[in-house]
Amino acid sequence: MSPRKYLVLAGVALFGAVGDSMLSRGMKLTGNISPQHLSNIVLVVLNPWVALGIFFLLGFFASYMMALSWADLTYVLPATSLGYVLLALIAKFVLHEQVTLTRWLGILLISAGVGFVTRGPSLTRHREPAECSEPEEETVSFGAKP
Amino acid sequence: MRPIYAWTAIAAIVLASTTGDVLLARAMKQVGDVGALWRRTGLLTVAGRILRNPSFLLGVLAMTLAFYSLLFGLSWGDVSLIAPASASLTFVANAIAAKIFLHERVDRRRWMAALFVAAGVALLAA
Repeated sequence: MSPRKYLVLAGVALFGAVGDSMLSRGMKLTGNISPQHLSNIVLVVLNPWVALGIFFLLGFFASYMMALSWADLTYVLPATSLGYVLLALIAKFVLHEQVTLTRWLGILLISAGVGFVTRGPSLTRHREPAECSEPEEETVSFGAKP
Repeated sequence: MRPIYAWTAIAAIVLASTTGDVLLARAMKQVGDVGALWRRTGLLTVAGRILRNPSFLLGVLAMTLAFYSLLFGLSWGDVSLIAPASASLTFVANAIAAKIFLHERVDRRRWMAALFVAAGVALLAA
């Protein structure tokens, strides 16, 4: 895993957290969507917060796809879950919500999970089933350069 | 707000986003390392290869369903229930689905990571 790959993983966490908090804010301003007024669910994207949130989530999606192209799903998901920690910190310092002891415990657990997975290999190698060492270097080469 | 609505939304989100994640992961493995491919063939070629991949398109469709289920859920129910419950369960569902459908080697370390993160996400809402 090169530093640039860690940067991509950080991008997944950051864009996701910021996008989600904007979306949440926008949806609170919009109010309830009832099954009787399904058209509202299309119109909701006109709300600036929702629109901005979607923009950030596009950034999330791009970096997520990039990460999935060289790492396992079961590596990328826990590794990028620091976004939830970020979300809690945004809630505390930007939205001034109270972060309870239970939440700090949750943050601790997530961080432990991230620690677990990032110390292991990032990609399962299917072509060499006997592979035991950590497949850290440039993964599987698709049509490798001569 | 009836709880059955919230849990229906949560189930729909978990199902759709797990399907989406697995399909997208499969698509991106078929495309190959995006960074290396980009340097070698240029951005347009990479984008074309991704956008023409059937798994990718199906994955995006599933993610769209998950997104709208989330919007529904958020407008019906408490954000502090819907968002963490669906996210938390999705981590566990993804570990199972990745093992079955993607044949990823989900060793003890990865199970621990998935469960720790799922528990942590659930606690954030408590």
